[in-house]
Amino acid sequence: MFSEYSATELGSILAMQGFAGLILFAVFVLMALGLAIIFGQMGVINMAHGEFMILGAYVTYLTSNLFANHFPDLFGSYFFFAMAFAFIATALLGALVEWGMIRFLYHRPLDTLLATWGLSLILQQTYRSLFGAREVGVVIPDWLMGSYRITDFIEIPINGIFVMILAIVVTFIVYLLMFRSSWGRQVRAVVQNRPMAGAVGINTARVDRLTFALGCGIAGVAGSAFTMIGSTGPTSGQLYIVDTFLVVVFGGAASLLGTVASAFTISQSQSALEFFIGGSMAKVLTLMFVVIILMFRPQGLFTLKVRR
Amino acid sequence: MSFKSFSDFMPRQDILSFAVLALILLVVLPLSLDIFRLNLVGKYLTFAFVAVGLVLCWGYGGILSLGQGVFYGLGGYALAMFLKLESSDPESTRIQSTPGIPDFMDWNRITELPWFWEPFHSLTFTVIAIIVIPSLFAYLIGVAMFKRRVGGVYFAIITQAIAAIMTILIIGQQGYTGGVNGITDLRTLKGWDIRSDFASYVFYFLAVVLLFVCLFLAQYIRRSKLGRLLVAMRGQEDRVRFSGYDVANFKIFVFCVGASFAAIGGAMFTLQEGFMSPSFVGIVPSIEMVIFCAVGGRLSLVGAVYGALLVNFAKTVLGETFPELWLFAMGLLFIGVVMAFPNGLAGLYNSYVARYVDRLLDKVFGPQRSSDAYRPASSDTVPPAAPGLRQNSTSPTEGAIS
Repeated sequence: MFSEYSATELGSILAMQGFAGLILFAVFVLMALGLAIIFGQMGVINMAHGEFMILGAYVTYLTSNLFANHFPDLFGSYFFFAMAFAFIATALLGALVEWGMIRFLYHRPLDTLLATWGLSLILQQTYRSLFGAREVGVVIPDWLMGSYRITDFIEIPINGIFVMILAIVVTFIVYLLMFRSSWGRQVRAVVQNRPMAGAVGINTARVDRLTFALGCGIAGVAGSAFTMIGSTGPTSGQLYIVDTFLVVVFGGAASLLGTVASAFTISQSQSALEFFIGGSMAKVLTLMFVVIILMFRPQGLFTLKVRR
Repeated sequence: MSFKSFSDFMPRQDILSFAVLALILLVVLPLSLDIFRLNLVGKYLTFAFVAVGLVLCWGYGGILSLGQGVFYGLGGYALAMFLKLESSDPESTRIQSTPGIPDFMDWNRITELPWFWEPFHSLTFTVIAIIVIPSLFAYLIGVAMFKRRVGGVYFAIITQAIAAIMTILIIGQQGYTGGVNGITDLRTLKGWDIRSDFASYVFYFLAVVLLFVCLFLAQYIRRSKLGRLLVAMRGQEDRVRFSGYDVANFKIFVFCVGASFAAIGGAMFTLQEGFMSPSFVGIVPSIEMVIFCAVGGRLSLVGAVYGALLVNFAKTVLGETFPELWLFAMGLLFIGVVMAFPNGLAGLYNSYVARYVDRLLDKVFGPQRSSDAYRPASSDTVPPAAPGLRQNSTSPTEGAIS
């Protein structure tokens, strides 16, 4: 399949697909980070994660409309407000869901899976009733339009670069929160030994709620980023949920570095294969590759060495 | 594995519930419904096969598979391939550029029957393949996962990914599989019209009979030593392993049984509806199959059948009149059944009705031996949703391995 292209063409193709893959990588990382916190740290399977992401996307859409209609001068910077709103909205919903549902199910992970799937159906239908079944798109501000031209063959879209920078920044913030703050230490203490963490005075119920809310909030930010590169519909979230779970499991559930590494591997291989054998087969091969690796290494790429 | 007496195999309450189900499916429904509605019930019953398999895997074994749609699809596609080949003989496909191959292959400019379609010219092979191929596939997945002690949540996610892969593959390989429309326009089985009213009746009763075969098989597994081991494994897997049992093999076995039940269901669907499509394979249908089982009660074989019938009936009624309400209802059903009724309809029956029925049976048939008396064993319940409760079910009676 490589023979019909010359070496320079092949290089450019791989570079182009590589950059396209980087955008996919950024979305994967943003979605998987939230999931890695919720699944990796708390052991809760949140099947509604995609719907939390779409909530963020819809908030971004509403914010862009608000700014276009009422504050046209500030339209260039609406995206930053939108991200903040998206984070707050999804984190609040996340806290509500944790309070109303998840906290009763901590010891039954398979049941959280079914309950959150039910939640995702309800959210999907809510979006459909509120925003209509058609996909909506946001108007991207001028400074995010266009692309850099590096060589004759290679072009990088600016919104892609922006999403990538966003992913890096969010990853860094999550890293600081989880591994360099006293709150993160509490979270990890609760994960490793809940009764002992409670015994030394950590309010484990509050830590749980905040952790879940944070994971959902990051999904909201992912949704904001998602509007930059695609349009939003009620079921858009469901398309990503399996990939995201595989990213988290493949990376090793409790490892941030693993999540980033596996998001990179999956998105790059998918994007590079896509050019040669088409989108659907690329996805099949990538997912199959991941599933087979997981059969040999069920704990994922990176694992924390914790005595249980 | 043998039972000391028949009541070891089927306690009184089980005989009663099987008999009531048989009465409803074989007498009440055929007499009270017209053929169109009976055909619908027959379609729902195909999902009951999957739900019964899930009771064994999930309720007893604690293995939640979110990929049962894959096996349902494999069984359905196997039969659909046979029927499609029969209906695309060179005579009736002579307007195609390559006569004698299925029409969708011709549309996709495939000029030769692919090699894996060839054996499906034979009905014998097809019938064997309906059971063997899904079981073999389940065996491979099972060996790969359970031998490495992957279970629980990881197993659920990976089976879900397999369902996703399967759907993308079927839709993507349109020329070989019929793509998103699936394999349609199936007309005859060995020259016999499968779309007539008479055929519908035959297939309905065939489905009921096969369902009862599966139910009895599942009941055998449930009441045998294997069933007790499964319950023990669900509670404390390590203890069973320390007792010298190879836990993985039991899990693989029960997963294969669940897969072959699902495949029979899929094949019955193809027979009754005359088509098979990827819309029964993917993530959404697979997880819906789990809810059929959960609504009926994840530990009750008969309950699973009622669950499949009721949820599908509600889906047809609500989905046609208020499509937007249906997703809400389905979502609430998932949440409600997990949080409020983890034992489903069977759980409600056991806690409110069963003791009266038992008393009634005592009056009619005389009191039974104390060992058969109805008592809510801990293996027949899932702990209610409460923080701090683990899903252990090792009571003195159930934890002991006979």
